[in-house]
Amino acid sequence: MAYTVSKLTDYSSNALLKAFGEAKLAFREELRGASSPAGWKAVRDRWMARKNGILTQINDRLMAAPKEAKREIGQYLNDLKQFVEKEIETWQEHEEGSVGKLAPLFQSVDITLPGIRRPIGAEHPVIKTTNEMVRVFQKLGYSVADGPVVETDYYNFEALNFPPNHPARDTQDTLFIAGQQGKAQRERLLLRTHTSPVQIRTMETMRPPIRILIPGTVHRNDPPDASHSPMFHQIEGLAVDTNITFGDLKGTLDHAMKEFFGSSVKTSFRPSFFPFTEPSAEMFVSCFICGGSGRRGAEPCRPCKQTGWIEILGCGMVDPNVFQFVKDNGYDPKKVSGFAFGMGADRIALLKYGVDDLQLFFQGDVRFLGQWA
Amino acid sequence: MKISPQWVREFVELAVDDRRLAEDLTGVGIAVEGSSGSGADTVFEMEIGTNRPDAMNHYGVAREAAAIYDLPLKQLSGLGDSGAKAQSNFREPNAALKRRSSTVHDAAGTKTSAAKAASSTASDGTTEVVPFPSVSSSAVSSHDASFPIAVEEPQLCPRFTARVIRGTMIKPSPEKIARRLRLLEQRPISNAVDATNYVLWEMGKPTHVFDMDLLEGGRLIIRRARNGEKLKTLDGVERSLISEDLVVADAKKAVGLAGVMGGYDTMITDKTRNILIESAWWDPLTVRKMSRRHGLHTDASHRFERGADFESTILSCDLVAALILESGGGELVGDAIDVVSRKMDQAPVVLRLAEVQRILGGNLSTREILRILKKLGFTAIPEGQADMQFYVTAPSWRLDVEREIDVIEEIARLHGYDKFENTLPAYSGAVVELPHAAMDATLRERALALGYNEAVSLTFISHADAEMFSSAKVLELENPLSEEASVMRTSMGPGMLDMLAWNLNRDSENVRLFEMGRVYEMAGGERVEPTRACLGATLAAVKGSLLAGGALDVSTGKHAVVAEAFRSFKGDVENLLAPFAYVELTFDRETSEYFHSGRSARALMDGAVVAQFGQIAEDVKSQRKLRQDVFLAEIDLERLHTRGLRTVRFKAPGKYPAVERDFSFVFADVVEFEAMRRAVTGLGMGALRSFTPVEIFRGGSIGAGKYSILLRARLQSDEGTLRDEQIAVWSGELVRALQGLGGVQRA
Repeated sequence: MAYTVSKLTDYSSNALLKAFGEAKLAFREELRGASSPAGWKAVRDRWMARKNGILTQINDRLMAAPKEAKREIGQYLNDLKQFVEKEIETWQEHEEGSVGKLAPLFQSVDITLPGIRRPIGAEHPVIKTTNEMVRVFQKLGYSVADGPVVETDYYNFEALNFPPNHPARDTQDTLFIAGQQGKAQRERLLLRTHTSPVQIRTMETMRPPIRILIPGTVHRNDPPDASHSPMFHQIEGLAVDTNITFGDLKGTLDHAMKEFFGSSVKTSFRPSFFPFTEPSAEMFVSCFICGGSGRRGAEPCRPCKQTGWIEILGCGMVDPNVFQFVKDNGYDPKKVSGFAFGMGADRIALLKYGVDDLQLFFQGDVRFLGQWA
Repeated sequence: MKISPQWVREFVELAVDDRRLAEDLTGVGIAVEGSSGSGADTVFEMEIGTNRPDAMNHYGVAREAAAIYDLPLKQLSGLGDSGAKAQSNFREPNAALKRRSSTVHDAAGTKTSAAKAASSTASDGTTEVVPFPSVSSSAVSSHDASFPIAVEEPQLCPRFTARVIRGTMIKPSPEKIARRLRLLEQRPISNAVDATNYVLWEMGKPTHVFDMDLLEGGRLIIRRARNGEKLKTLDGVERSLISEDLVVADAKKAVGLAGVMGGYDTMITDKTRNILIESAWWDPLTVRKMSRRHGLHTDASHRFERGADFESTILSCDLVAALILESGGGELVGDAIDVVSRKMDQAPVVLRLAEVQRILGGNLSTREILRILKKLGFTAIPEGQADMQFYVTAPSWRLDVEREIDVIEEIARLHGYDKFENTLPAYSGAVVELPHAAMDATLRERALALGYNEAVSLTFISHADAEMFSSAKVLELENPLSEEASVMRTSMGPGMLDMLAWNLNRDSENVRLFEMGRVYEMAGGERVEPTRACLGATLAAVKGSLLAGGALDVSTGKHAVVAEAFRSFKGDVENLLAPFAYVELTFDRETSEYFHSGRSARALMDGAVVAQFGQIAEDVKSQRKLRQDVFLAEIDLERLHTRGLRTVRFKAPGKYPAVERDFSFVFADVVEFEAMRRAVTGLGMGALRSFTPVEIFRGGSIGAGKYSILLRARLQSDEGTLRDEQIAVWSGELVRALQGLGGVQRA
C-alpha cells in the first residue's frame, strides 16, 4: 500500500505530529517490504527524488500552511528528511556488508526471550522481615541487643515476674535442658520461650535511659504444624526512661506499624495479660490485606478472619516487679517507667507474604525460598 | 472457654446485640475469640487471661458487661432458679430454702465493705456492682453442725463450707440445665453432678457432691495424704498419693483430691439419697502442684490455682442445693457448715493520682477514675484532704489486684486503651550496632550475591548426628519433641544436609543454601553459643556455576569434573572469607570425617582455622540417602569476628607494561600447586605480580601418576619497562625452582 501525500487542512501541532508520524511509519514499512536491492533503491527514489519525490511533495503541500505554523512545519519536515536519509544509509551499509544476502532491516533480536539470570540468593522471608522491622526501630533510636538462647529459669521467668509454680508458666510450653535437677531452680537451664530475658540482661549492664530491640530465636514445646513450630523468631523491644507513659507506648508502636505496613494502617490496643507488663495490651493493626473491610471482593478475608483487624504483638508498661530485679542499676520503679513489646517475626512474615504454612520457613525448599530472589 | 451470651443476659439487661457485646467485652480484655450458633444457641469462644479467674464464668462476664454499659447487675441469690421477685428481679426462693437463705443474708449484711455495697444495691437498685453475699468467721457453726469437719491444714484450706441434703432422688437434670451444659459442650450426668457443674459455669466457684452415706465415720477431715495412700478419682484412675498431696477424707480413707477431683468410691450414683455439698477455698499453689503431679487439669483445679472467690463458698453451696432440691426433692438439713480457718487478707492499696498520670499519661479526671473503680466493685476512700490519693480495696473476687499498678491497669482497661492519646517520647541516647553486625551483614550479602538462598533450619538434631558432626559436649533436652530432635545442634551440618536432601527428594537438583546461626555446646561446665555460617550446594549447582571457558583441568574423565567442582565451591568460600582482615589464607586437608577425605579442605587465616569445606563423604551421603554428591562448608564466625573487616589499602596500577611468561611442566601427582607457589614466591622476585595455573592435563602422552600443568607468571616493574635479558634471567630462576620440586619442563 503505497503512501500518498494527503491534503492537510488542520495545521495544529497535534495534527502535524500525527501526519509526520504516519509518513515515517509508512516509509519504514515500505523499506521493510523491499525484498531486493532493486526494491530498496526504488523506495529510496520514490521518497527522496528531488523532482516529485514524496518529501518534495510534502514540502509543496505545506506551502499552503498559515504563516504562524510554518516554523513548526519546517522542524517536522527537517526531522522527517533526516530520518529517511538515516534509514536508507543504514540499509545501504547493511546490504553492502552482507554480500547480497537479505536480512531484516535491523539486526534485531527477540527481546521477549527470557534473560540469562546469574543466580542470586534470596533473603529468607523471616530474616528479611526481621531486618526491616529492625530498621524501623533503629530510626526511632533503638539499638539491637542480644542474649543466649539457652537461658536460666531466672532470666526467662523469675526476673520477668513469673514466680515459680505460677500458672502463667503453663502458657509457655517450655523445653528444658536435661540434667538440671541438682541445681537451684533459678539456675536451671531451658530454651528461652521469648526474647524477653534479654530485657533483664540488658538492664543489668546498661543504665537508663535505654531503647533496645531484640530479634532472636525462641523455642516452645509445640509440635510442628501449619501455624506452630518448636522454634520461631521474636522481635522484642524495650524503652525505659523517666516519664515514659502508656501513651508513648501506643504512639511509638502506631508510628512503627505505619512505617512497616504503610501509612494507612491503624492500630488498636486491647487489654491482655503478661506477667512482666502492666497494664498489658495486645496490639492489632487494621488488616493490610483487605484494608480493614473484612472482605476481599465477594470473598471473606481470611487473614483477619473477617474482623478487619490482625493481632500483631503483645505489649505493656514494664511491671514494677521487673524493675525491682535491676533496681541497683538505676531502675527504681519510682523514678523510671518503661514499655516493652514483643512480636512474632514468622507470623508477620506469614501475613505479609500470604504464606499458608509455617513449616515452609524451616524446610530450606528452594522452590519456596527462591520466590524472594 | 465457652460462654452463652443468652445466659449472661439473665444477669444484666443488655440492650446491645451479641456481636456488639463480643466486641465490647474484647475491648476490656474479656476477649471473645469467636462465636458459633445463633439466637439463644449462640456460644462465644473466650480467651481469658490467667489473672482473671473471676471472669471465667457467666456471672463474671455479666459483671464486666454491667461495668461497660453502666447497667445494674442482678444479684445471684442462693435460692436458685424459681421465679422472680418483683422488686429486685431476684427469683422467688424455693420454699425449702427460704429459711436458710435469710440466714445467709443476715450474716452477709454486716460484713466487709464490699458487702455493704451489696446491701445498698439491694435497697436503691442504682449501684453498679453487686458482690456475692459474704459471711464472716463468726458464722462458723461447727459446734451445731450436722456433719463435723476438721481442717488439719488451715493454711492450705482457709475455708471449707458444706451443706447436707437428705432424701433426694438422683435423676437426669431438667431440660433447661442439661441444655445449657450441652451448649457449653459439657456432658449432663445427673441432677446432682450437673448442679455442681452448672454452678461452676454460672458463677465460677467449683463445688463437689458426695454420697453422704458412703462417707465412713460420719465426718470429714482435711489433711495431708499419707505416702502411698490410694485414691481412685472420679475418672476411674487409682492414684497413689504422697504426703504433699492434700485430701478430703472421711474417718477411714481419702475421698477427694483437694480442689482437683473427687473420689470414685463416694460419688453420686442412682442409689444416692443423702448428699453432702462441698465448697472450699484451697491454697492455689497446693492445688497447682497436685494437678501437675497427677496430670489432672480440671475445670476446678484451673480456677483454684488461679484464686477462687473466698466469699462465695456459701452462695455456691446454696446454688447447688437449690438445683438439687428443685429437681430431686428432699430437704436441707441444718445450716451451712462453714469452717473458716483464716481470713483472706485483701489490704487496701494506696492509689496516687500522680502515679496514674505518670504511668498512663493523658488526662484522666478524678471523677472518671472513681467512676471506673466503683463500677468494678472497688471501694475508694480518700486519704487526706486534697483528693490526691485514695485507699482502694478490691472486691473479694479480684485476688489478682494487690498493688497500685494493678488498680491503674483496671482504670486504663475500662477507660479504653484506644482513648489514650498516642505520643512519641523524646530520647537523647544514640543507636549503637552490635559489634559484629557489619561483619555478619557483609558475609550474608556475599552469600546472597553468590547465589545461595538464605535458609533457617530447626535447632535440634539427633544424638547420632551430634556425635558424628562435633566433638563438643551437647546440651540434651529434658522433654524433646522426638528422638531425632533431642539435643541442641552442635553443628549446622546435619540441618544443612537435611535441607539438601529435602530438595533432592523433590526433584530440585540445583540447590545452593546458606544459613547463619548459633550452635550450642557445653564448654568448661558453661553453656556457650558460638555463631556459625554454613553453605550447602548440590553437585549440579556447583558445576552449574563454573565459568564458561574457565576450566583449568581440561583432561577428560571423572577426576577433572570432580576437581573443577571442588574448585568452584572453594571459590565461593574464598569469596566469603575475602572481606576479612588477614595476611595469608592457606588450606590443608585436616577435615572432619564426614567430609570426603580427598575432596575437602580447611581454610586457615594466618594459621587459625576459620572454615572447613568440600564434598561430603560417600558413607554420609548414602546414610542420609542423598541422591547427589553435595558440598558443605562450615565457617567459624567467632574466629572471623576477631579479625574484623579488611580496610582496602590502595595500590597504584603499574605505569609500565606487564609481561606474561608461560611455563609448561610435568609433575608427579603428589606435587600440589601450593608447593609450586611457595617455591616461586620464595624467590623473592620483586617484579612477580602473580603466579597462576592456566591449564592442567592428565592422560594422553603424560604417564600415569603424573600431570602436565601450564603456569603463568606475570612480571611488572615500577621502575621501568622490563628488558628481555632481565626477563630471561628471572624465567631461568623460576624454572630451576620448579625443577627443584621434581618438575620436568616440556618443550
